[in-house]
Amino acid sequence: MSAFASLLRRDMRLSVRVGGGALMGALFFLVVVSMIPFAIGPDLALLARIGPAILWLGALLASLLALDRLFATDYEDGSLDLLMMGGMPLELAVATKAIAHWITTGLPLVIIAPLLGLMLNVDLHALGWLALTLAAGTPALTFLGLIGAALSVALRRGGLLLAVLVLPLTVPVLIFGVAATNAAIVGSAPFGPPFTILCALSLVSLVLGPIAAAAVLRHGLE
Amino acid sequence: MELKGEQLACNRGGREVFSGVSFNLPAGEALVVTGRNGAGKSSLLRMIVGLVRIAAGKLVLEGGAADIPIAEQAHYLGHLDAMKPALTVDENLQFWTGFLGARRDTTSALDAVDLAPLADLPAAYLSAGQRRRLSISRLVAVPRPIWLLDEPTSSLDAPSQTRLAQLMREHLRTGGMIIAAAHGAIGLERARELKLGPA
Repeated sequence: MSAFASLLRRDMRLSVRVGGGALMGALFFLVVVSMIPFAIGPDLALLARIGPAILWLGALLASLLALDRLFATDYEDGSLDLLMMGGMPLELAVATKAIAHWITTGLPLVIIAPLLGLMLNVDLHALGWLALTLAAGTPALTFLGLIGAALSVALRRGGLLLAVLVLPLTVPVLIFGVAATNAAIVGSAPFGPPFTILCALSLVSLVLGPIAAAAVLRHGLE
Repeated sequence: MELKGEQLACNRGGREVFSGVSFNLPAGEALVVTGRNGAGKSSLLRMIVGLVRIAAGKLVLEGGAADIPIAEQAHYLGHLDAMKPALTVDENLQFWTGFLGARRDTTSALDAVDLAPLADLPAAYLSAGQRRRLSISRLVAVPRPIWLLDEPTSSLDAPSQTRLAQLMREHLRTGGMIIAAAHGAIGLERARELKLGPA
């Protein structure tokens, strides 16, 4: 079996085992989004209007939740040394870990988002579009978060640093994600431009995230 | 095949750990690195696999595959075991053999360290010595010419130390090389010694 498949399988396995964070993100997402209607009250028109923004914010926070442990556990048990020595370029190993993380925490968010959309009175026909924008945007969140995860290991600081460093970087993703979703729901603006920019952001972070994270790990773990 | 270090120097955190360290190690021989705490034994091993920058000097592997970095021809057995508590003994070893690109058969490697009966146990339930043996099984499962062992006998009981010594002799007999950092004997009769730091 190739190094890529081995690492992908191990990380996915770890996140669904005891102590892994696979469902934590989805549960957090569920809790946050279901609290909102209680806080705002039973104003259905208001909920429908701010629904997409709340879903995107929830997804953003949930996908960063388990990310700070991504390299920390490998660092603490010595696996990271061997990953850095191994026959696979560190950039690729880092990207593989991010893919495994997205499959186990990002994908569940995309799947349950339409269900939570119903609770926020989002239009029925817009639920599909909502899931589509999340599917296009959450990889960007994971791959941007990689940089923070690597920094929190290299600087030996915990999860708060990740949030402080990464959240500003995710602002464009949030803007275009919500814009695309709103366009799909309200229909006043075209859906295409914000959605294409969202896809572009994902593709850029797919490339830059692993390169930056690998550079941070190499430099920091001397 | 011969591993040569020439006038190696190491800096950690702006402080010089050692300098002017030279050694050469032909195939089939072992080198035991000794020295006081903080003399740089672990740093030297990590330097050979590229985890610590070489501040000065040169490190070459003569007669080996020149285009493959030393790190990919070496095993590093550090203080940490690199094993996941949530995975079983066999899954842990399967991962490393797959990642390091070797054969899939892990049973014989687990057998070599007497862990075969525990193959389906999550690694969380292993004792320190058993975890150590599990990481040693990685060296057996994936053949690589250079073994870098940092205190290999730590937390191993007497029978396991004997077993490790057998594995090391077998490795040397087939033309492998061993560099071990150790305070006590590691069970090899013929080994060169490299002393770091002041006497």
